Amino acid sequence: MKSQLLRVTAIEPLSPLVSRFRFEHPEGAALPLFSGGAHIVVEMPDGEILRRNAYSLISDPLDGSCYEIAVRREDTGRGGSRFMHTKVAVGDLLRLSVPLNLFSLDLRAKKHVLIAGGIGITPFIAQLRQIARLQVPFELHYAARSRDEAAGLKLLPDVPQIHVHISDEGNRMDLGAILGAQPLGTHVYTCGPEGLIDAVAETGRRLGWPKAVLHSEVFMSPPPGAPFEVTLEKTGRTISVAPHQSLLEALEASDVEIEWSCRGGACGRCETGVSACDGHIEHHDHWLSDDEKASQTKIMPCVSRFQGAKLALDL
Amino acid sequence: MTIRFNDETFRGDYTYHNSPEAIRRFPFPFDQDSYMYSVNIEPHAGGRAGSPFEKRFDVDEHYVSEMKDRAITLAEDPMRCQSLPHMDLAGWDFLELVMTSKAEDYPELFELHRDGDRWHWINKPMGIEQRFTFLDTTTLPCGPLEYITRQTQGDHALLDQREGNLWMDAGMITSQADWSLDFDIGMNFFEWHAPVPKAHEMGVFQRALKFLLNLQQGAPVRRLNWTMTVNPRLDTSPENYHKWGPEKRTITPETVGSKQYLRVELQTLWRLPRSNAIAFPIRCYLLSLEDLVSVPKWGRRLHRVLRDLPDELAEYKGFAVNRPTIVAYLAQFDDGEPTSPGIFPD
Repeated sequence: MKSQLLRVTAIEPLSPLVSRFRFEHPEGAALPLFSGGAHIVVEMPDGEILRRNAYSLISDPLDGSCYEIAVRREDTGRGGSRFMHTKVAVGDLLRLSVPLNLFSLDLRAKKHVLIAGGIGITPFIAQLRQIARLQVPFELHYAARSRDEAAGLKLLPDVPQIHVHISDEGNRMDLGAILGAQPLGTHVYTCGPEGLIDAVAETGRRLGWPKAVLHSEVFMSPPPGAPFEVTLEKTGRTISVAPHQSLLEALEASDVEIEWSCRGGACGRCETGVSACDGHIEHHDHWLSDDEKASQTKIMPCVSRFQGAKLALDL
Repeated sequence: MTIRFNDETFRGDYTYHNSPEAIRRFPFPFDQDSYMYSVNIEPHAGGRAGSPFEKRFDVDEHYVSEMKDRAITLAEDPMRCQSLPHMDLAGWDFLELVMTSKAEDYPELFELHRDGDRWHWINKPMGIEQRFTFLDTTTLPCGPLEYITRQTQGDHALLDQREGNLWMDAGMITSQADWSLDFDIGMNFFEWHAPVPKAHEMGVFQRALKFLLNLQQGAPVRRLNWTMTVNPRLDTSPENYHKWGPEKRTITPETVGSKQYLRVELQTLWRLPRSNAIAFPIRCYLLSLEDLVSVPKWGRRLHRVLRDLPDELAEYKGFAVNRPTIVAYLAQFDDGEPTSPGIFPD
């Protein structure tokens, strides 16, 4: 993974739980530009553990002077966001991967409809800048539980195409109404909890939308679970995976080389063959097909786990 | 480094020729004595000094004449360059990539001066000077893709990434090994590769696509592909098959050394920043068999590769009809000695 060491030049709270971090090149060099929806992976040297979390870029894609991300503190999470909130200070140097986009706009669209739930607003902040340059019609719907939690409010421009739905204020998002009145050639993008993505897909199906125009990105971090062991077929080594560690992280901690990109079960890069499975693979990814998952012959070590007697990998 | 640009033709009297230096730097594609498909992708991060892998966009002695040949092809058939409306941004991304790379890699040949969006481009070999506004197509004589690829050797496809696939939605294709942009435009990765035998069953395209969807900015990759062409013709397109197809029948034991060419494509793949598209330059190198056998290792190895190649590959690559003549000719230069590993001359 190509990466660069960047300096933290600003940290600003956007809400009680969400802060914005700005990164710049230490010598002021221009950073690679990107497209709306791209993410970077931040490396966090947290004591013994090297954490790597993916975050959507929220800065202007055509501004190479800085990268910005918004990080929501997850106190019950695995520790990456806590590290960002409690251990990172202005002036620190952190290693960031170059931007990669697995959630880009479809540039053929006659109109873009963006639907965000909670912290899922982040990829749309950069996409809005790109859409403004393209001068294509759009609307954005942003759902949050309360105004206090709606960190995105500080990041969104004040334009009539942006609709904020605060459920505490009784203003819930009506997907049927949103999807029911769009012109042909519209593309829909959803980012947020899986329930929201499923609801958009279901509403789209009911209203006869083609699947290919409904895009989504789940905000996915490796789920914790019971500890388990894996055997590496080629070397015979056995590696233990802790409850709050992903299989990918456990492999990396044991110096096993493995390719990766998104670390969220979407890109497919870390797909690994399973040579023996006596038990049940908990597939959490969005990459393998249902048949592949059922066959238990492949695993995505970035997010998936295992329960049972024996799991052996083609490594 | 100074390059002496050849005055030569790729049609009609076919005066195309390689200097001794061009022969030595030819990207011979076989690293062993046999050939089968593989996802033979490696980082495009420089290479041996003087080789076509050294610079990001190789410029060689054929540059000026090759661009003249492209202009002739485009004048006869403007559909060789197409860009679907949503690919304009990718065209600008690619123009930027080529201009900045060439100005850095060949400062004596190309200059790029940038003042914000106001750019000033100087192409000395072609005698071009252009001031324009970046991202404003009205300030160029044609679209950004056509503009820069009229000045860049090789064919160039721009691939849009969506729905977990790549789509051939723009390109400048005038020196192709028998495929058509006008036919393939809008197709996805599996559709445009459908005619390739064997590789689908081997899962080559699934693996290659997965790799490419994750291709990173600043980390371009390359691979070599090859075929055989009669006469040094760049435009071996389906549209003009009636012009070059019959030339296959001119190969005899007397003419095969001078008229039969090994055609090698140096393919590179680049993630573009603003559009998230992938640029796919396909650079063509041609070397006659009589020039090729001047490197003894290559003569031995090409003989063994072509002699042992599966029939369907010779058929697909379009030289099955001349294979016996080619193999008989090359056999004279194969003394049975072992060959050294790798593609470079000993």
